[in-house]
Amino acid sequence: MAESPVERNALRMVNIEKYFGLVCALRKINLEVGSNEIVGLIGDNGAGKSTMVKILTGVFPPTSGEIYIAGNKVDLRNYNVKRAHEHGVETVYQDKSLGEKQVLWRNFFIGREITLPFGFLNVKKEKEIANEIMVNTIGFRGKGITVDSKVSKLSGGERQGVAIGRAMHFEAELIILDEPTVALSLKEVAKVLNFVHKIKEAGKACIYISHAMADVYEISDRFVIMDRGEIVADMAKKEISLKALDEFLLEYSHGMKDKVEL
Amino acid sequence: MKKGTSLLKFLTRIEGLPVAAVLAVLYGVLIIVAPRVFTGFRIYMSFLQTVPPVLVCALGLTLVITAGEIDLSFPAIVALSGFIFAWVFKKFDAPWAPWAGFILALACGALVGYINGLLVAKIGVPSIMATLAAQFFWYGATILLANGLQLNIKDVTTSIVHTIFVGRINIGQVPVPMQAIWALGLAIFLWFILNRHKFGEEIMFIGDNANVARVMGIDVVATRIKLFTVMGVIAAFAGLLLTLEINVFFPTQGSGFLLPTMAAVFIGGTSIAGGLGSITGTFFGAYIIGSLEAGVVATTISGYWVQLIEGIVMGASVVLNIIIEEGHIATTFNRIRHWVRPDQPNTKYEGN
Ligand SMILES: Nc1ncnc2c1ncn2[C@@H]1O[C@H](COP(=O)(O)OP(=O)(O)O)[C@@H](O)[C@H]1O
Ligand SMILES: [Mg+2]
Repeated sequence: MAESPVERNALRMVNIEKYFGLVCALRKINLEVGSNEIVGLIGDNGAGKSTMVKILTGVFPPTSGEIYIAGNKVDLRNYNVKRAHEHGVETVYQDKSLGEKQVLWRNFFIGREITLPFGFLNVKKEKEIANEIMVNTIGFRGKGITVDSKVSKLSGGERQGVAIGRAMHFEAELIILDEPTVALSLKEVAKVLNFVHKIKEAGKACIYISHAMADVYEISDRFVIMDRGEIVADMAKKEISLKALDEFLLEYSHGMKDKVEL
Repeated sequence: MKKGTSLLKFLTRIEGLPVAAVLAVLYGVLIIVAPRVFTGFRIYMSFLQTVPPVLVCALGLTLVITAGEIDLSFPAIVALSGFIFAWVFKKFDAPWAPWAGFILALACGALVGYINGLLVAKIGVPSIMATLAAQFFWYGATILLANGLQLNIKDVTTSIVHTIFVGRINIGQVPVPMQAIWALGLAIFLWFILNRHKFGEEIMFIGDNANVARVMGIDVVATRIKLFTVMGVIAAFAGLLLTLEINVFFPTQGSGFLLPTMAAVFIGGTSIAGGLGSITGTFFGAYIIGSLEAGVVATTISGYWVQLIEGIVMGASVVLNIIIEEGHIATTFNRIRHWVRPDQPNTKYEGN
């Protein structure tokens, strides 16, 4: 594996733009994520964070620009969720990663079922692997949660754990978490952050989207700040303290206010 | 006592068992009230003869409702399919005619279902509106094609198709209607499709939350179209069983199917909310609905009571399903125990 350092990036986005009709949601986005880097993506509501995620995961194509995943150029005309999965991009959403009324083992393999001939499910195998992920990858023990439990019985943090465990099982190069802690209590947030640490330990890359500054700061190696469809700052953790980052964001939003008033 | 609760809990977890119990109780009551009718096998054979067309529709509708959709157009498909079969059979007086009619009828069911699917999944028409319009349209089209007349196809009784699908097969000494065997076979097949096949899993996730399904890489549009197409084929099959059994196509056939079919699905425990469905429940639900009317009449209670009693049984089944589904069974059980022996501590319900 004698690749150049650039090619070992998990992700490289070049001049990505996205228009919804005449509305520009993303403008000239250039972003790189290292192969074992956790990038905290910060920005106000409507900054374009989720739009960027949806482009990366193949929900819709960008208007223009290029995407490279683990050095491979993505064919954006034939890109969709399944292709994104094949490229190793997995996404964990705030609330739409799991089917609430479905049992856990189905949630691990939905869209990527292990099948017998004629499309029938290999339930035994799926349950075995699901159990393995729960015990070894995400460390669910006891608590009466089994692969046959329904998602509706899990706490918010546990649900995100299942989604993250699933992403790790499918050998994601890049795991994107889009505001995974929005509706959670502090204790549940801690659980989710613990799962994110496991992504780092497993040598994978991660984009963590949040507007809760404290937890982004703790787990991220780098911060990227977006505003109104543009990346306005990109800095390594060692360049800035939490306090300074907070102040920067505060000042920045004041700055924007002034601009609006002009 | 603890053991009793967990055993009860375990039993209610077996898919369809509570509904089967309701059916057993119903037959128990009927045997007591009208022993002369309900101790012979004749009445049960007549159920096995009359219930399958509704049962077959209800099995298909279970899939549709699990996907969070509804189909109101299947009664029209039952009529259309019967007409196509009868017309082809009469028009071409050849040995292959029943087969041709049979296959053409299924194909037309598929086409009608496919169009429903396109309207719902591609254009985004809510399924209740799309399929209601389809019901009127295809029902009207059938009446027009048939000139409002019925078609007698007495000769069909000598055809192989008739023997295969609605003949009688001796099990022990009892001549069992073939349509009951086909309906049972379809139920088993669809149970595996819903619970053990990719397609069924996609249906459940779409009904649960279509956005989740989409971001997990399911082609929601294609799956919905496939689902409505399958429903069309199934309804056409029900129409064929009906027309073959009675040897006649009549333009209003299927028009009384809508409510009993929906009742069978809901009695069976499939939730209108989507995401979960019970084929086993629907199977017993259809026999409950199908047995009630004949049953109540046989008890010599005035016929005016039929619908009221149907309403009670249906309401009771639906409430039973909700209690079980929500996991209230243990609390309910504890509560009742507490009423009977208030000195006992009202053990806290351990959540599941
Ligand atoms: N499907 C869409 N159609 C039209 N506009 C959209 C669509 N999705 C997002 N937008 C717009 O793009 C902008 C960025 O939204 P989003 O990416 O959801 O922001 P964030 O996730 O940072 O809060 C918003 O102004 C939003 O209204
Ligand atoms: Mg967002």
